[in-house]
Amino acid sequence: MMASNYNAKEEDGHQPAAIGHGGAGTVKNKKPDNTAFKQQRLPAWQPILTAGTVLPAFFVIGLIFIPIGIGLFVTSNNIKELEIDYTGGDMSSPCYNCSQSYSWNSTKPCTCSVPFSLDQPFESNVFMYYGLSNFYQNHRRYVKSRDDSQLNGDKASLKSPSKECEPYRTSDEKPIAPCGAIANSLFNDTLELYYIDPNGSRTAIPLVKKGIAWWTDKHVKFRNPGGNDNLTVVFQGTSKPVNWRKSVYELDPSDPDNNGFINEDFIVWMRTAALPTFRKLYRIIHKKPNMTPTLPLGQYILEVTYNYPVRSFEGRKRMILSTISWMGGKNPFLGIAYITVGSVCFFLGIVLLIIHHKYGNRNHSADIPS
Amino acid sequence: MAREKIGETEVVNVKKQRKKCKKEHKTRTVHSNILYDRTKGEDNPNRHYSDNEIKTTKYTLLSFLPKNLFEQFHRFANVYFVFIALLNFVPVCNAFQPQLALAPVVFILSVTAIKDLWEDYRRHRSDKEINHMDCLVYSRYKHQYMERFWKEARVGDFIRLRCNEILPADVLLLSSSDPDRLVHIETATLDGETNLKQRRVVCSFLDLDCDFDPSKYNSVIECEKPNNDLARFRGYITHRSGRRDGLYKDNLLLRGCTIRNTEECVGIVIYAGHETKAMLNNNGPRYKRSKLEKQMNVDVGWCVIILLVMCLFSAIGHGLWMYQYGDKRPVFDVLSPEGAELSPVLSAIYLFLTMIIVFQVLIPVSLFVSIEIVKICQVYFIHQDQDLYDEETDSHLQCRALNITEDLGQMQYIFSDKTGTLTENKMVFRRCTVAGVEYSHDANGETILQSLSQLPSDLTDIIDFFIALTICNTVVVSSPNQPRQKVGTDRLTSNSNSSSSSSLNRSSHRECSSVLSSPSAESTLTKLDEEHHLGGSVGLEHAFSPVPPHTTEGEPGALEEGELRYEAESPDEAALVYAARAYKCSLVGRLPDQVTVELPDLGKLSFELLHTLGFDSTRKRMSVVVRHPLTDQITVYTKGADSVIMDLITLPSTDDSKGKRQRKILYKTQNYLNLYAADGLRTLCIAKKVMTKEEYAVWLRHHLEAETAIQGREELLFQSALRLEINLHLLGATGVEDRLQDGVPETIASLRKAGLQIWVLTGDKQETAINIAYACKLLEPDDEIITLNADSQAKFLSSDPSRSFQKDYAPAYSFPPPPPSPSSSQTQSFLVHRLGLVIDGRTLAYALDSSLDEKFLQVARSCRSVLCCRSTPLQKSMVVKLVRNKLKVMTLAIGDGANDVSMIQVADVGVGISGQEGMQAVMASDFALPRFRNLQKLLLVHGHWCYSRLANMILYFFYKNAVTLIFWYQFYCGFSGSAMIDQWYLIFFNLMFSAFPQLITGTLDKDVSSETLQELPQLYMNGQNSEEYKPYMFWMTMIDAFYQSLVCFFIPYFAYADSDVDLLTWGTPITTLALFTILIHLGLETKTWTWMNWVSITFSVGLFFTVALCYNASCPTCYSPSNPYWTMQRLLREPLFYLLCVITPVAALLPRLVRGRCVSVLLFKSPLLLITAFHVYSKELVFLSQCSVWCVSVCVKSNVICHVPNTTGVVDRTVKC
Repeated sequence: MMASNYNAKEEDGHQPAAIGHGGAGTVKNKKPDNTAFKQQRLPAWQPILTAGTVLPAFFVIGLIFIPIGIGLFVTSNNIKELEIDYTGGDMSSPCYNCSQSYSWNSTKPCTCSVPFSLDQPFESNVFMYYGLSNFYQNHRRYVKSRDDSQLNGDKASLKSPSKECEPYRTSDEKPIAPCGAIANSLFNDTLELYYIDPNGSRTAIPLVKKGIAWWTDKHVKFRNPGGNDNLTVVFQGTSKPVNWRKSVYELDPSDPDNNGFINEDFIVWMRTAALPTFRKLYRIIHKKPNMTPTLPLGQYILEVTYNYPVRSFEGRKRMILSTISWMGGKNPFLGIAYITVGSVCFFLGIVLLIIHHKYGNRNHSADIPS
Repeated sequence: MAREKIGETEVVNVKKQRKKCKKEHKTRTVHSNILYDRTKGEDNPNRHYSDNEIKTTKYTLLSFLPKNLFEQFHRFANVYFVFIALLNFVPVCNAFQPQLALAPVVFILSVTAIKDLWEDYRRHRSDKEINHMDCLVYSRYKHQYMERFWKEARVGDFIRLRCNEILPADVLLLSSSDPDRLVHIETATLDGETNLKQRRVVCSFLDLDCDFDPSKYNSVIECEKPNNDLARFRGYITHRSGRRDGLYKDNLLLRGCTIRNTEECVGIVIYAGHETKAMLNNNGPRYKRSKLEKQMNVDVGWCVIILLVMCLFSAIGHGLWMYQYGDKRPVFDVLSPEGAELSPVLSAIYLFLTMIIVFQVLIPVSLFVSIEIVKICQVYFIHQDQDLYDEETDSHLQCRALNITEDLGQMQYIFSDKTGTLTENKMVFRRCTVAGVEYSHDANGETILQSLSQLPSDLTDIIDFFIALTICNTVVVSSPNQPRQKVGTDRLTSNSNSSSSSSLNRSSHRECSSVLSSPSAESTLTKLDEEHHLGGSVGLEHAFSPVPPHTTEGEPGALEEGELRYEAESPDEAALVYAARAYKCSLVGRLPDQVTVELPDLGKLSFELLHTLGFDSTRKRMSVVVRHPLTDQITVYTKGADSVIMDLITLPSTDDSKGKRQRKILYKTQNYLNLYAADGLRTLCIAKKVMTKEEYAVWLRHHLEAETAIQGREELLFQSALRLEINLHLLGATGVEDRLQDGVPETIASLRKAGLQIWVLTGDKQETAINIAYACKLLEPDDEIITLNADSQAKFLSSDPSRSFQKDYAPAYSFPPPPPSPSSSQTQSFLVHRLGLVIDGRTLAYALDSSLDEKFLQVARSCRSVLCCRSTPLQKSMVVKLVRNKLKVMTLAIGDGANDVSMIQVADVGVGISGQEGMQAVMASDFALPRFRNLQKLLLVHGHWCYSRLANMILYFFYKNAVTLIFWYQFYCGFSGSAMIDQWYLIFFNLMFSAFPQLITGTLDKDVSSETLQELPQLYMNGQNSEEYKPYMFWMTMIDAFYQSLVCFFIPYFAYADSDVDLLTWGTPITTLALFTILIHLGLETKTWTWMNWVSITFSVGLFFTVALCYNASCPTCYSPSNPYWTMQRLLREPLFYLLCVITPVAALLPRLVRGRCVSVLLFKSPLLLITAFHVYSKELVFLSQCSVWCVSVCVKSNVICHVPNTTGVVDRTVKC
């Protein structure tokens, strides 16, 4: 009897919530939605690493990586590459005399010839690079010391280059074109190759100087102000960079398409190297139409017009001749890396397999100890 | 004229008052605004008080930007980033394009600012709405009440309020349309309690017959300064006549409450606007810092140190690099923009600053924002959990503190209240004992009936007992059909025959307050005897037998009675009143000065209620002082905890039969009380005292003094109550059952398996507490129980069980202890080493003393469960504080009532149960649960998840930011602070490209499924021991990041060594493969992959390539100093790029895969673990998933049976470790 009484009260006790707030209407049910997302029951894949999944994975990685590595290694080894250091730090070196000069602006050009020989012929296109060592083209202030708008042919920037170019912004009250430290330190050695015929006569090897820069650089990023005609007029009122011997419109007077800011040697230089030891594409020796190798084996002479001083920073200058494969220049590292990682995976797979077998068998005898 | 005069004198008074005010500054003086010309006028003494316009917005349109920025810059991280961004504007050390360097800071600041702005706008809207609500304010000119906006009401204004209106300010009640000069208010918005509360008109205005006329009011109110104590209001009102009356909290209507049941009332505004108690209480969400975050901040500090070391290293390197060139300045070493040549030392110093900019990502800025986002998501998910929803009450879990979710996963101690937390707090009256005779509630009809034929003194006791049950409380009566309508208080209509005089004429009415036609000095006893003889046993049988429902419906009078509903502040009171009603002794009306009770055959009796001395936890009892309508005697009814009441009972000193009988009754009652307690019933003793007029007069004088005192009133009232509650006569005792909540024993068992120590702190008596503890499996029958009951500190010291405990491990103390000299006596018992400690409040006070607390903790720690009985709220919080501070553990306090508030606030995590006892605990808590059993899922599942997710996310953040590829590059660029990664990538890498997947993983990842976590509570220990984020793990992460950055740097380095690659063509692949490595690393850390993980990772990679391609194609000259034109496009054509992207992540993550997943268990854990691991896994699992690793480590540590989820994730193997 009492119980019923009490229950009645209990029920009553809940009513005021509904009625008490006068016409609040039906009480909203606050029950959360039963959706997989809200209840954190989204279907999920749980990658649990077991012997069954991990061992094959190791083996598969190993089996894929090792052939790739071998392939890369072989490709890299097939690339022919020749490197000649012509810095001339040595007394015996032909360029010793030239290298002693510190100056950027010595009036008398210094030339030296470095003989070398090829042991094997270079097939297909040969790329000729110049290489610099210890040259920090990636120095923070150096990298920034340029004016992209000026190089893009913007006339306003031509007359008043960006402040980033300081301290190579103006010279003699005139704006420098191209301004900045990168342009100022343009590599200005001239390299020429001669093949010494067995009979002793020198044949100049044709070096193509176009097509060495990125297409986008040449056609989009770098532009001469006011088109390519009559650069002398355009660049009037500007000053040449202090280290330069000639103005920017004299870089290649023979070819208006390779002169001024769109000079490809200049463009290549302006693409700052990532590391202090770098090479930059200088010339291309195109494959000959006939079956003869591009560079047959034999004696050669590298004629250097030695302008670029590197002694101040202990730099080295090199000339590199290299063929190229689908993966770039000669570099065995990636092949070795692939082989190494692949082998490590394979080895780990084997070790774990052994552990798995050994302990797996032992466990069979003592399965679920009491 | 006269009015003006009054005004003048008033001004003088005011000046005096003001002087006083300045002197004291402890009170507020309020005058009527009617007396002054303008409410803001020079002479108005109220003009200094704030008006009623509320403004909770933080900003105005003008101040938003400066103020918001100022606030945001209180965060160290933001300051740091602004510092770095500004550093970029210094020409000598700028590393990035200065504008771009501002991007991350601006981004983060603006995200926060937009969030703040939105919140502020919403506050503004609601403020506006509230400020423009209407209220009736008395106008001085129109001499009537005018509609005004809330914001126009001022202190000193008269306000008329009608039924169901909300109070615009704190108002002192001056008049009410209610004949009893009462106002009922609902305080749900303040404390969540829905029961009505009565407020009454200031006593000096009680006698007004006609409507209150504000223009005639000229009293001065002096009261406290605004404060936030809802339960306190003190002051006095001084009338023209010089009469002073005290003001109490009963006279004050608080802002935000709703007027109910009252047609109209008038009051004067005392506190307005922001000075109202409701607004002062509104202090926003609480901020706690979690344990994990504290740990994280230490490691952020380490990051700063690492950053500085790296910068210093680079700076020295740069100095040396410069030095080696000597005077021969190389062509690539560009002069500073000013053209000045820098010495190596100076440029090293500049470089140091530059490096701070370059390495800024090492300090994870976005970490703080990300953690906030993840926590909000976690709170959302916890909130959405259906298992934490209670159908019955339609209530959710509420997260009130948003930033300590992960603390839930690290709890070590739980402090629980008993009543309402472990139990339902739905009281059911079970049994009672009256005058030494025990009646059980089920068979009560018979037993009480039989007793009636016994001695008449018994009978009076029974009647008194029921009267006490009925009136000794603060229950408000209302009718369910017309909610909030007062019922049965209408003296005029129901008993017009007896009280012919106007009920408003109180002084006369008091003399003849009886509703019965026999107001003569007949005693109750004679009256009842008469009844007995006249009506015979039949009448009495009818009188005290429970009314069956059908008869109730049959009788019209009873029907009316049955419709009454009681609203009580505590469920005990309601249970007692309902129980009394079942015996036809029903409460039909309650007024502040009168209680009407309907008794069988006697009809309605109106007791004049002289005083109510409310319940407090120190006295543990409440009393009412009434004038008995039949005898006209001053009678005190007291109801309270048996321990205190029993001490206050006086026995007749004489050795006559009466004295003996009394002693016997006392003894019997005590026995029954013990029995009740053993049954787990809550016991209350009911006692009575009849006072002579002289005694009462003496007491009354002191009491009135106490009531009118402003300073120390509580203490004086307390003393006054103590003086009253002596020499009581025992009537009986009640036993009220409080059922255990569903699932409590299971929850406690599983929480305990999870390694949580559970202490129960209750105000209940020892026997009841122990009983409940057994019922909810907190104590096992074969546990040994140490009971600590001591009278003095010395005894506690001597009974200190730790010594004996260590000596012979057999400290089973006697239970139950003999009352007079408790202390301890040893008895040898079982060899079970499971101990339970029971300590009572008095002993606890000694134990908490600083000299003994160490020992107490020592004992308590060795016990499996601790039970503190009879503890006061303060003691509860002291226990929590003691354990928290001394043991350096994470504590959680859970409770439902106001007495748990202090404990909830002290604990690391406070959990409130939104139960029967109002909302105070919930308001103070960090999390509010509907039921106790929800704690299991909240801690074991959500706590674990939140902890493990956040811990992993934080470690991942440190890792991600520590992959400092640029540092290695410094060796190759002359330590010049150059970066091969484009500044855009560098800045947006952490902000955008790699930000989303970790947020998804941090929000959704589940290392162990919810089912497994609940099935294996042991897994919770993982969080308790901070296994996911230990200090060494930070360094492991750093070493891993170090290694991975080495791999990510040097593989491309060697792959491109001595080639014609340029800066960005080389740096972009590095960025790409660093992104891949970081994402795959996250993939390895992710334990569950949902479609969202896939989407987020795909999105990240896609975003990176899209941004890179667009960026590299957009403008050839815009992004000085870098010029990445067409770089990405060209790279995508190169096979080398893809080859690098494959090998580098594999090489970088191989060690982690092998060490993290396979070997770490074998190398770094104990040999035992190794064996176990192989035993468990060798068949299916060579490589242990993270989950299994814990399983094993938990297994080894706790020596318990452990299930191991195998490949299929199903628990199917059981291994005993």
